[in-house]
Amino acid sequence: MRTGCKVAALASALLVFAIGLLYPGIGVNAASAGQITGTVKLDGVAPHMKGIDMSKDPYCAKATANAPAHSETVVVGPNGGLENVVLYISDGLSGSSLTQPATTVPVFDQKNCLYMPHVLALNVGQTFKVTTSDQTGHNVHPNPNPMTGNVPFNQSQPPGAAPFEKSWKAAEFIQVQCNIHPWMHAWFAVVKGPYATTDENGNYTINNLPPGSYTVTAWQETYGTQTQKVTVAAGKPGTADFTFKAK
Amino acid sequence: MPGKAFAVVVVIITLATAYCVMAHVWWMPADISVHGPRIDHQIEETVLVAGLLFVAGQVVLAAFAFLYGGARDKPKQIPGGAKPLVIFAFAIVGTEILALSSIGSKAWGAVYFEAPDPSAMHIDVQAGQFAYYFRYAGPDGKFGALHPELINEGNQNFFGLDPDRDPDAKDDIITAELAIPVNKPVLLTLHSKDVGHSFDVRELRVQQDFVPGLNIPLHFTATQTGRFEIVCTQLCGLGHYNMKAYLSVLKAADFDEWLKRQAAMQ
Amino acid sequence: MEKTFASARRAKTLFWGEIMAETSAHGAAHHAPPQGFISKYILSVDHKVIGIQYTILSLVAAFVGMALSWAMRIHLAWPDVHIPLLGMLAPNGAPGGQMTPEYYLSLMTMHGTIMAFFVLTAAPFAGFGNFMLPIQVGAADMAFPRLNRASFWVTFVGFLLACATFVIPDGPPLSGWTAYAPLSAVGAVAGPGQGWGQNLWGLSVAVFCIASLLGALNFIVTVLDLRTKGMKLSRLPLSTWGWFIDAWVSLLAFAVLLPTCLLLVLDRLGGTSFFIPGGLVFNDQLQPHSGGSPLLFQHLFWFFGHPEVYIIILPAFGIVSHILPTFIRKPLVGGWKVITFSEIGVGTLSFVVWGHHMFVSGMSPYMAMVFSVPTLFITIPSVIAVLVWVFSLYGSNIRFDTPMLFSLGFISLFISGGIGGFFLAQPSTDSYLHATTFVVGHFHFTMGLSAIFATFAGFYYWFSKMFGRMMNEKLGKWHFWLSFVGVYCVFMTMHLTGFAGAVRRYSAFVDDFMIPLIPANRFISVAALLLGATQFVFLYNAIWSFFKGPKAPDNPWGATTLEWDTTSPPPFDNFGGRQMIVHHGPMEYDGEASVMQTSAEASVAGT
Repeated sequence: MRTGCKVAALASALLVFAIGLLYPGIGVNAASAGQITGTVKLDGVAPHMKGIDMSKDPYCAKATANAPAHSETVVVGPNGGLENVVLYISDGLSGSSLTQPATTVPVFDQKNCLYMPHVLALNVGQTFKVTTSDQTGHNVHPNPNPMTGNVPFNQSQPPGAAPFEKSWKAAEFIQVQCNIHPWMHAWFAVVKGPYATTDENGNYTINNLPPGSYTVTAWQETYGTQTQKVTVAAGKPGTADFTFKAK
Repeated sequence: MPGKAFAVVVVIITLATAYCVMAHVWWMPADISVHGPRIDHQIEETVLVAGLLFVAGQVVLAAFAFLYGGARDKPKQIPGGAKPLVIFAFAIVGTEILALSSIGSKAWGAVYFEAPDPSAMHIDVQAGQFAYYFRYAGPDGKFGALHPELINEGNQNFFGLDPDRDPDAKDDIITAELAIPVNKPVLLTLHSKDVGHSFDVRELRVQQDFVPGLNIPLHFTATQTGRFEIVCTQLCGLGHYNMKAYLSVLKAADFDEWLKRQAAMQ
Repeated sequence: MEKTFASARRAKTLFWGEIMAETSAHGAAHHAPPQGFISKYILSVDHKVIGIQYTILSLVAAFVGMALSWAMRIHLAWPDVHIPLLGMLAPNGAPGGQMTPEYYLSLMTMHGTIMAFFVLTAAPFAGFGNFMLPIQVGAADMAFPRLNRASFWVTFVGFLLACATFVIPDGPPLSGWTAYAPLSAVGAVAGPGQGWGQNLWGLSVAVFCIASLLGALNFIVTVLDLRTKGMKLSRLPLSTWGWFIDAWVSLLAFAVLLPTCLLLVLDRLGGTSFFIPGGLVFNDQLQPHSGGSPLLFQHLFWFFGHPEVYIIILPAFGIVSHILPTFIRKPLVGGWKVITFSEIGVGTLSFVVWGHHMFVSGMSPYMAMVFSVPTLFITIPSVIAVLVWVFSLYGSNIRFDTPMLFSLGFISLFISGGIGGFFLAQPSTDSYLHATTFVVGHFHFTMGLSAIFATFAGFYYWFSKMFGRMMNEKLGKWHFWLSFVGVYCVFMTMHLTGFAGAVRRYSAFVDDFMIPLIPANRFISVAALLLGATQFVFLYNAIWSFFKGPKAPDNPWGATTLEWDTTSPPPFDNFGGRQMIVHHGPMEYDGEASVMQTSAEASVAGT
């Protein structure tokens, strides 16, 4: 019987190994997961971000009375860091690292008559949840290019409306706006593979990268894209800093 | 019995309606424009004329239902037959119509048939799903050209101006609120970015649709300061109910200060 | 030359002689009795069956249209309420049962479309007209029975297309029954509800136009050609006059709506720009259209749209004028001529007033005055008609059966609605009241409720003739009283909130000045729901009476026109092979005494 147990144990181990072979890259081994970090800055004088007059909707005006909102097309931090820049891998990834969408469900909220976040980076096929925290009606109206296969929608969200979930079929940078409050604009940056968005200091970290050589693309809604080549090794993150030139 | 009940119900409805109208239970807000009194006068005249006909018609109907319900005498026609009725219709109603028309045309003409004052302040108004934006010409007194293909609402370029290349557009002042000085003639030019909208300020006694493809002039003079609502009355889509802007009628000094503040925010 | 004039004169004499004198029934109106269930009840060419089919269609459409209005009023009064049934039926328009603003507007659009076309144009004209007109003129059927069958089934297809808008993912259009361009013309980019729903709408209305044109033709030819011996035009029942005049107005007006709908669909699907100017931007994107005119759409639509409201009301004028003499036991003041010429006046003037819908539209303000004058003048024939009805009551013996109550209600409602017209006919006063709930109250009184009350009057009056059983009088009276009070509560209040400037077509009240009007709006909503519930009394009465009502005699009301001179319901060829010869006009009433049109007895009323 002991021989039988050994055989059973060996067979199980073989089975697990075989199964493991069938699902490559399901989760990058933590010990070998790599990162790319960096900072994105703006060189030059930041363009003036005009204040938003929300007087057409007294609820919005009241909500922003103490903290008036501004256009968010170019948001620059105190040290020249560019916020809301999306970093993603445009070359070098393959297999499930590229095609498997992240499993988190980010929230796209309507709060104080602004979309939050202003730029939501997503994977192709990644579910996101649209919520409203405002007591005034909004609508969520993204405008994808009809050629990509992404399906446009125009979903109203009255006060107290239940959240709804969506996902995008193809990689694209999609503008979304509220028609009721025309200043409310945002972006869905739909990309493949791991991604990151810069914070208020322009800093970012892309996680979950297997070791290898990659091309990183930085996308900013006004200044467009820039690319850099980066190598990632286990335990040694790659770095890529970007500088966009103010017009 | 049903005839008497019908008469009573009709009279009650008539009196209740007449009361609500005469007592101004739900009524127009106070007028704040130079031409407004003529429109208000026209409405009052019409209330009188139409009101009399309304009450008379319903009361006579009620009276006949009351008197002749269940009557069993030989029926008789009204003396004179239809002739007095036709004469009444042509003569009395016809006269009222002519009177209302001729007086009313002056009220209408005060808004539309008179040219705007040459010194009127020119303000450009754009309506688009679902907000109004206003444009003042700035110190150069000239409006920059509009380029619809340059409209970028995320950047708050609502009008599609090209300030980098168009010197006239550089100093245009774009606002989300319409402020005007009191007792000064104002000339608005209304244009639409997308579909039909309307410019309606109850207190100003002004309502004018925006027609895509047209630039429609609208002039008036406000006679009282205050904050009033401009609401959209032409169905324009899902946000129609929430399409409005505020009209601020300000004293001259306050207006100048407001405009300076707005210019600084551009 | 002489010969040409002579033959022209002869032709003219023949023509007028033909139409003024009586003619004998002939042609396609005679056909063999149908065999089999399908031929008898579904694909029948019998005008009586077709009339019933139209009546049932408009009943179904009326309850659909009413249900839409209940959903709208509930949302207006209690915007945060979640209605589970609505969430189930419309998961896109009302996720979780909470109505979105766009769905409110979609319901409003279909409410107007279904009510205006499939109820108000269908029931009093196509429903009762089809059943009664051939009988009233003494014919065996309409002039073109197969065309008649086609009219009904084409109307049915139009109704299906309208209902289809509810089941497509995009939902019904939201541009109102008036479908102004460019909102209705640019396509889905204009917002939710402007996808395929608007295309289906355009097709539905275009199909309805075709059906109406065919029906109008049939009515006209039947009246001109198929009157029985002795049925001079001066002896036509007043309801037939109403349908006849109405058919002419229909022919000319629907002929304009049909191409308008096609042009709209072409702009949407065919890349044309009839109604879309250049430079339009939606969501920061410039639209690929140019050269069109939104005002052109408005002119075309209202050129139809104004006569349309008279298309709706003229049969009501006719039905009430026909019913009143029966229940006041005397002819109308002025006989057939005054009321009929008023109707002709109203119908004719209706074609030159359409611009009063466009006073503030951007049309030339000088044109506003031009349109205002005939709009005010159309008051005169309308006032004459009202005076005829009201003053006919003088010196009469009124019998207050349900048809009479609804006729009296019609007169009161039409007075109320007509008075509102004074304010809207003048550009200066309209500039304040345009697009407020005053307008909504006004047109509901005039074209909505007056026509509906007249239709109810006709229904209670003719039910026994159509189905051979009497409707229940007590339920009828309950229906009348609750409806009469209910409609005033709902729509007179709208006139009053309109004076305060309450804007129409708003899905919610968020403006500062609208908020104090919320209590009045809640009152309207409650009254509307109760009014809707009352209509089930009518429905119950109709269905119960159809199966279990007491058997009806040939002439329960003691009336005089030809439909009462045959069995209830009439036999297949209307008169059982009898040759109907007419000796009198339709209003031979003198108190208890009356003389049927076909009776050889002496006149009692001198008509």
